[in-house]
Amino acid sequence: MEMPLTQHISFNRPPLNLNDYAHVGGYQGVHRAIKAMTPQEVMTVVQESDLKGRGGAGFNTGTKWSFVPMNDAKQTKYLIANADEMEPGAFKDRLLLEGNPHQLIEGMIVSAYAIQANTAYIFLRWAYKKAARLLRQAIDEAYAAGYLGNNILSSGFNLEMHLHTGVGRYICGEETALLNALEGKRATPRTKPPFPQVSGLFGKPTIVNNVETLSNIPHIINKGADWFKDLSPGADAGTKLYGISGKVNKPGIWELPMHTTIRQLIEEHAGGMKDGFKFRGVLPGGASTDFLIEEHLDVKMDYKSVAAAGSRLGTGTMIILDDHTCPVGFVHNLEHFFAQESCGWCTPCREGLPWTEKILLSIENGQGRMEDLELLEMHTKYMGPGSTFCALAPGAMEPLQSSLKYFKADFEKHINEKKCPWR
Amino acid sequence: MLTAEEIRKIDHEIALVPVRKAACIEALKIVQEHRGWISDESLLAIAAHIEMSAEELDSVATFYNLIFRKPVGRNIILLCDSISCYVMGYEQIYDHLKARLNIKFGETTPDARFTLLPNACLGACDHAPTLMINHDLYKDLTINELDEILKTYK
Ligand code: SF4
Ligand code: FES
Repeated sequence: MEMPLTQHISFNRPPLNLNDYAHVGGYQGVHRAIKAMTPQEVMTVVQESDLKGRGGAGFNTGTKWSFVPMNDAKQTKYLIANADEMEPGAFKDRLLLEGNPHQLIEGMIVSAYAIQANTAYIFLRWAYKKAARLLRQAIDEAYAAGYLGNNILSSGFNLEMHLHTGVGRYICGEETALLNALEGKRATPRTKPPFPQVSGLFGKPTIVNNVETLSNIPHIINKGADWFKDLSPGADAGTKLYGISGKVNKPGIWELPMHTTIRQLIEEHAGGMKDGFKFRGVLPGGASTDFLIEEHLDVKMDYKSVAAAGSRLGTGTMIILDDHTCPVGFVHNLEHFFAQESCGWCTPCREGLPWTEKILLSIENGQGRMEDLELLEMHTKYMGPGSTFCALAPGAMEPLQSSLKYFKADFEKHINEKKCPWR
Repeated sequence: MLTAEEIRKIDHEIALVPVRKAACIEALKIVQEHRGWISDESLLAIAAHIEMSAEELDSVATFYNLIFRKPVGRNIILLCDSISCYVMGYEQIYDHLKARLNIKFGETTPDARFTLLPNACLGACDHAPTLMINHDLYKDLTINELDEILKTYK
């Protein structure tokens, strides 16, 4: 089984420096792309590989690039690596950032070449201090080796790369909010259209891609679109980083083909549930995805299959609800996070999220009423897709609406017994 | 008043961006790194240097979780209170910290040694529960080791 993204990552040593990375084939993607391919050819291979955005949205990466207007060669353009990973339960990009920073930088150089961007930013989550240090080192090495800067590989292509560390707001992961943050503003999302591909950072065409997405690019350039598709026997191409947290024996992160099932992940890779704990449910793609339950354990973790089961692949980092954890407390914790991280721009989200948080807390504390369940249902509609300015509020409603579906009896028990049965 | 050192670092950031204002978050970070927090006086000085209104800069400063507009202690404890750490029992860690330091979330010890803050996910959920003190991340926390950890911060 091939694991292109993590093949050179080891926890027992620091990440490969530039020479060692080059020794195992690193930066060949840059050589090939810049010396032997046109930007258009790079874009086409990536589009044909069917690499979908690994940040959660799942849009074809090459197609996203193709919206950048390429007619004006002098036009300033930007490429941004979204390394803000701040969704609770998500920790996959950390592995790539700390484990192989040169792979990301290589992917960014190739991607910047494809859209002919001359400036690239890495927007890094503030908490990733170790990654910041390693990335700075790696960027310096890449400049020294002539992979960044002016006239890269004597091709006439120039690229400057900067690292920006955030100051902590979940909404910065939303690509238009991220642009505002980079411009030194409050990170509220922007209206689309215009899409960032046309008018992004400082009003210039901009591509924002997730770290895992960009880290795949060198391999696709080196080995081709068909190789990438063949990595997975399922409908979606490539491998995926999957993570599990919660009461399993071995929480962690693994690179596996796209068609791996939830059961395989929990039982084979995470070593099953801890002794004395039973599985009750899982948020398959991070905090903003719908619960799946026991009947879904054989669902394959790819975009289509998870969607068919009523949830989203999201980031592929799963959070497990066990039978010793109160589902109401669990969902209250999530809504507390979303209420706090709402950017406050639009009313349903700014007002609705704290409201749901308070209702959930009163139910958890034994002061809930049956009518509260209808109120919660109402909020899942008022903050559903299309009612708010960005996807934060609808995302926040996903675990809530599915908990009301699968764990309603637990909510009712709190209300009837006037206390949390777990406390 | 900004120090010469602060101005040098801020000007370096300004040179990297096409509009001056775009460096304002970096400027806040730089001054906070030197002074621990952003007082009204610091805010006014940064605003004047960046050439933006103090109101606008404050709207940015107060938006981000890790720009402190109130004084903080010498060491900042950020305890993850997000979902994986909830499942793995961060509340016990919090109870222990409260008892040891005699402060709640949002408070600073009277000797200004510690400020205790809740923080959203620290990105180490497979090693929950987690906390961060200054630049150091602690993973797979148990109550037993907390006192030893605290001792190392003066
Ligand atoms: S949905 Fe929430 S986060 Fe998104 S724009 Fe509205 S208030 Fe901001
Ligand atoms: S939820 Fe605590 S580190 Fe992610």
